Amino acid sequence: MALDRWIALILVGICLAYGYAAWFTMDGGLAPFMKRNPIWPSTFPKVLSVIGLLLSLVILLGLEKSELKVAEIDYRRLGEYKLGQALMLLALMVAYALCLRPMGFIFSTGAFLILGSFILGERKWLVMVSVSLIATLIVWYLVQQVLGIYLRPLPGFIGG
Amino acid sequence: MLEGLLIGLQTALSLQNLLMVIGGCLIGTFIGMLPGLGPMSIIAIMIPVAISIGDPSAALILLAGVYYGAIFGGSTSSILLNAPGVAGTVASSFDGYPMAKQGKAGKALTIAAIASFAGGSIGALLLMVFAPALSSVALLFHSAEYFALMVVGLSAIAAFAGTGQVAKALIMTILGLIMATVGEGALFNLPRFTMGIMDLQSGFGFVTLAMAMFALPEALFLVLKPKTAQAEQDGEIKDLRITKAEAKAIAPVIGRQSFQGFFIGVLPGAGATIASFLGYAVERNIATKEEQEEFGKGSIKGLAAPETANNAACTGSFVPLLTLGIPGSGTTAILLGALIALNVTPGPRLMIDEPQIFWAVIMSMFIGNLVLLILNLPLIPYIAKVLSIPRNYLIPFILFFTLMGAYIGQNNATELLLLVGFGVCATALRFADYPLAPLLIGFILGGMLEDNFARSMQLYDGVGFIWERPMTLGLLVIAGLLVVLPSYRARRARLRAEGVADGD
Repeated sequence: MALDRWIALILVGICLAYGYAAWFTMDGGLAPFMKRNPIWPSTFPKVLSVIGLLLSLVILLGLEKSELKVAEIDYRRLGEYKLGQALMLLALMVAYALCLRPMGFIFSTGAFLILGSFILGERKWLVMVSVSLIATLIVWYLVQQVLGIYLRPLPGFIGG
Repeated sequence: MLEGLLIGLQTALSLQNLLMVIGGCLIGTFIGMLPGLGPMSIIAIMIPVAISIGDPSAALILLAGVYYGAIFGGSTSSILLNAPGVAGTVASSFDGYPMAKQGKAGKALTIAAIASFAGGSIGALLLMVFAPALSSVALLFHSAEYFALMVVGLSAIAAFAGTGQVAKALIMTILGLIMATVGEGALFNLPRFTMGIMDLQSGFGFVTLAMAMFALPEALFLVLKPKTAQAEQDGEIKDLRITKAEAKAIAPVIGRQSFQGFFIGVLPGAGATIASFLGYAVERNIATKEEQEEFGKGSIKGLAAPETANNAACTGSFVPLLTLGIPGSGTTAILLGALIALNVTPGPRLMIDEPQIFWAVIMSMFIGNLVLLILNLPLIPYIAKVLSIPRNYLIPFILFFTLMGAYIGQNNATELLLLVGFGVCATALRFADYPLAPLLIGFILGGMLEDNFARSMQLYDGVGFIWERPMTLGLLVIAGLLVVLPSYRARRARLRAEGVADGD
């Protein structure tokens, strides 16, 4: 089974779960006066779940024939691409999300930019560190001072 | 109209807004040149900045400038590197890149700039004529018609986006609509589908979703498959002049393609990409025999056609956005999201309630085009240096800007995790050839679609509005036809190809 049909299978699951929530769990808590309304909060989701289910089944069962185009990247040969780098960068982004608040903006962003280029194969430490730090400070200044959005600059334990 | 023009001119010519246009065009050109970053990603990245400006006219002017700049920058990298940064400029590389290889890069850039300028300006003129007319018709619309019109828009986008696979585009639209129902709806004040998670109470962030759908997968694609077009170019761009004979040759092409591109751009779902390919094909077909030989080997007509058409189409795509409040493309959908965040609801009332926004945007289109022509063109040799930023530095920065955009929008670190999660899903969807623009458009239109549906249901006490209002019924029938026709035609073509006889 090709990837698009696996995804269709997942979509069937999503539509079923969504449909279950819409059809069976939402109307119980509705206030009596709202029940006289022709439209309930669940009406539109109910319609969507049915259409979504039908469409994902069409793809899953291959009812609509289409010649398979090879996309820009052929997922069947994913191993030949730089998958490791991509996964490490994604992990780095998750780490950044978790560190941003507790560790402060300047430390997290500096580390993110340095490690990002490190993962991609850069080894000129001096350039890497200086570029990252300058960029971090500029962005922090712009966001904090010009746009006026608060970003905690330093880790919490230093009192930033 | 004259009054409107003056208001627009006054707003657009204020110092702040002039700086916005110039800044937007420069930023757009700068980033649009980078292979792999399309206008949608750039605008998504710029939205937090635009929103924090606070003034809707200024924000929209900035974003429109970025949009033009991105398209222009995209053609620059198509011509110089054969690495289009934007799908809409792929057709420009057919003849632009051969020209650059023959050492005529400067001339190619000039032709691209002039063609873009003409396409954009003629497009803006047409917009001035058609938008007010369309919006006075749209004022007669009732919420039932709005509902039907949005259904038409969504099905047209699905029908055009997935060539030969309408089901995939449709399911993406539905998925977008489903995601739009998460959170607290305005109509009922009830949290829906939040699974008890507080962070989902206000729904998914639109900037987060836009970044996850476009910017992040594009950056990941750059990581996975490094483009090797770099370093082919020696950096010297000179001789920007074109001759009189050349100007004469491309003038009719520019004239034709401005109109054709504009009207294709107005259609929902078609947009700059289709306009540029179609423009290229049409001009090639009507050229003389000798000129046809030239196409693909560095024909100036073959460069002028897609460049004019894609800029005119970009302008055309503003028509449904400004008059009906319904975006026809991914980029205008992102613009719509930005406008709603700024408390402006585009639609037929926009021209009456806030004429200064409407006209200022149109005026800024002229100014933006002019800026691109006189400011950017001489700067191109310097801006092109951005192409030599090593990807080891470029990619971390792109990723950082997507993260920052999602964070600034909501000030919430959970949003960053959602961004990464959705980004991975979007990349998988792209692998499997599911179109992503319909998802985002569905997401943005979802709330309005449901509101209008609910209002009509309440007024007519049921679904009676569908057959009691002929216009609604007519529009819904059109929507149905749009969805069914492509698969019906594909099916018939296949049957014929297999030698199975069919009725007619």
